[in-house]
Amino acid sequence: MAQLQEKIAKLFPQATFEEADVLTINIADAQLHDLAATLRDDKDLSFDYLMTIVGMDWQKELGCVYFLNSTTHGTTVSIKVTTADRDNPMLHSVSDLWAVAGIYEREVYDFFGIIFINNMDMRRLFLSVDWVGYPLRKDYDANPELNPVSIENERQLDTTDMWLEGPNGKIEKKTRPIFQKDDFVVNIGPQHPATHGVLRFRTAIDGETIKKIDVYMGYIHRGVEKLSEGLTYQQTLHFMDRLDYFSAHNYHHGLCMLYEKAAGIEVPKRAQYIRVIMDELSRIASHCLFIGTYCMDLGATTMLFYTLRVREQILDIMDKTCGARMTFNYDVIGGVMADLDPDFVKDVKELLAVVPKNIKEYNKIFTGNVIAKGRMNGIGVLSREDAISYAITGPSGRASGWACDVRKTDPYSIYPELNFEQVIMTEGDSMARFKCRVAEIQQSADIIAQIIDKIPEGEICAKVPKVLKLPVGHWYQVVEGCRGVFALYLESDGTTKPYRLKIAPPCLPLAGVVDHITEGQKIADLITIGGSLDYIVPDMDR
Amino acid sequence: MPYEAWKDNEAIEKLVKELQDSGANVLVGSLDKLINWGRSNSLWPLTFATSCCGIEFVSLGAARFDMARFGWEVARASPRQADFIMVAGTIVNRMAPVLRRLYDQLAEPKYVIACGSCAISGGPFRKSYHVARGIEDIVPVDVYVPGCPPRPEAMIYGIMQLSRKIKVERFFGGRNRQERQTEFFKDHPLD
Repeated sequence: MAQLQEKIAKLFPQATFEEADVLTINIADAQLHDLAATLRDDKDLSFDYLMTIVGMDWQKELGCVYFLNSTTHGTTVSIKVTTADRDNPMLHSVSDLWAVAGIYEREVYDFFGIIFINNMDMRRLFLSVDWVGYPLRKDYDANPELNPVSIENERQLDTTDMWLEGPNGKIEKKTRPIFQKDDFVVNIGPQHPATHGVLRFRTAIDGETIKKIDVYMGYIHRGVEKLSEGLTYQQTLHFMDRLDYFSAHNYHHGLCMLYEKAAGIEVPKRAQYIRVIMDELSRIASHCLFIGTYCMDLGATTMLFYTLRVREQILDIMDKTCGARMTFNYDVIGGVMADLDPDFVKDVKELLAVVPKNIKEYNKIFTGNVIAKGRMNGIGVLSREDAISYAITGPSGRASGWACDVRKTDPYSIYPELNFEQVIMTEGDSMARFKCRVAEIQQSADIIAQIIDKIPEGEICAKVPKVLKLPVGHWYQVVEGCRGVFALYLESDGTTKPYRLKIAPPCLPLAGVVDHITEGQKIADLITIGGSLDYIVPDMDR
Repeated sequence: MPYEAWKDNEAIEKLVKELQDSGANVLVGSLDKLINWGRSNSLWPLTFATSCCGIEFVSLGAARFDMARFGWEVARASPRQADFIMVAGTIVNRMAPVLRRLYDQLAEPKYVIACGSCAISGGPFRKSYHVARGIEDIVPVDVYVPGCPPRPEAMIYGIMQLSRKIKVERFFGGRNRQERQTEFFKDHPLD
């Protein structure tokens, strides 16, 4: 960390540094792009993975915090940029350095109204073009009369704005069409069984070949980040169940760890073991449902019934301990809410006994099938470089050869004590993404088998005040959800409520890559590719 | 209806029978009975899910809860072929016009089930800037199924309530009324 700081200080003498759990570099906007380019391209630094861009409103200033990670060195660093201009805030874009930045910057623009100079697509992401105000600003007027719920179709634009900087430093606003003049555009979604939720693709096609896809989201944007700012820390937890509802335990785990880190709470060993077992059970259940629905998309409806058999068994185990089938709200700050059911160990062992048989069955029915092979092999290939640039994490990233499993790269809880290897494939096609998930079911089962007999006795929850008050500061936490890296950023002003809670889900980049990955493919393969990415729309929209 | 009766299925069945028997024309009444028997046992849902509740709806379709027992398994992807929408999940500002359009596209007679607390009132997201506070402002609702998400058993009960509602309807001259083309276009002008 110190070396890194020294090196950057030498190159950028104006930069100032903040020591927190992640090293923060403060820099002026004029030097942002140079700094970002250096961080990415320098051999010793090589921060090639942009984890998230956090938009911020510090009342006096608006700004962004960029979280960067190096896939070679495993280090994380953040850059903080501010602007004092609240009426017309502008920052320089980094979308030419990291492909995923394009969509992250659109999100910040939507929530805070910060314009990114040289971003080629500055439209709102989740809210409509006629939306009044920027909701995550502290002075946002939440009067529902300004933005009423209407049954009239919303106005749509076929053009996008961009603010370009000329050679003399003058900034000019320009408008360009999203599609070309004689493009044939087919609308897919938001109500379409194969988009896995309410996502919409405006697809320009040339015959059967896809030319361009404009992803249109926000059909389930619920404003969780803004809602969290009005709730106490404990009250914000339950939203984690409802983002990616398959990774409910994993996301809860992440947010609890973030608060525990901020408050300095030690979690009892027993609670840590329970959390990890629950995480891995969720992963099995999630991947089972993925296999079922994905096969159903490809026409193999029967598979759903086979895979849901295991999922139901897991939901029963969860039901007995957590009291719910889907929205568990089980992890709390300091531990878990209730102790394990007396039958828990027995039930889990029964599950572990049937998992290998089931995987064998899935492979027998589907993976080796000629039609399945024909539809998945070589379809939607994503290279390792693109996976990193587009921040495609989770099984989809690992199928492209990128070892991005947070459980290994930045281990948390009891994962360092466990013996497992990341599942990595190199093909990067739909088949690899499918196989990667099948293999991870076995991997999770193996992890559970290692610890199911070793759950220590003791407390299940540390002593935590009913209303938690965190000190002033900011913290950052990543966990491995079922679909990839789930990052959380908290800024506290010393009260009982978060000043800003940024949720960076793994599914937003997955939607951002659809245009790139489908270009030149056939329109029938859009279903194969979209399904294999396995995005959850409420997770990307929040 | 007394509150206890909601848990008492026999009382509802009795009420349904009473309503059917009283005051219906013998011939039309028997035809109604026959048609409603068919309609109430083959309700076709629209595949419509925005969030968590939709996953429980998937479970409902699978082998364990098996909604095929009741004749609801023919989930249609097109609203033109469906009988009812199960609004499973949060409806936000951007989705509201889409839901309305889907409802308009359903063929009469059509029904709506508000499934889960988000569809009923906005649920945990009620205070959000971008969430509809209940879908009854957007589409008329026939049955409310509370829960977050409702268990598949609750969904089964909810759709059974809808079946019962259909059983007491008068198909002829009632629910399935015919609108004259001229009248229809007077209310819905083509521009």
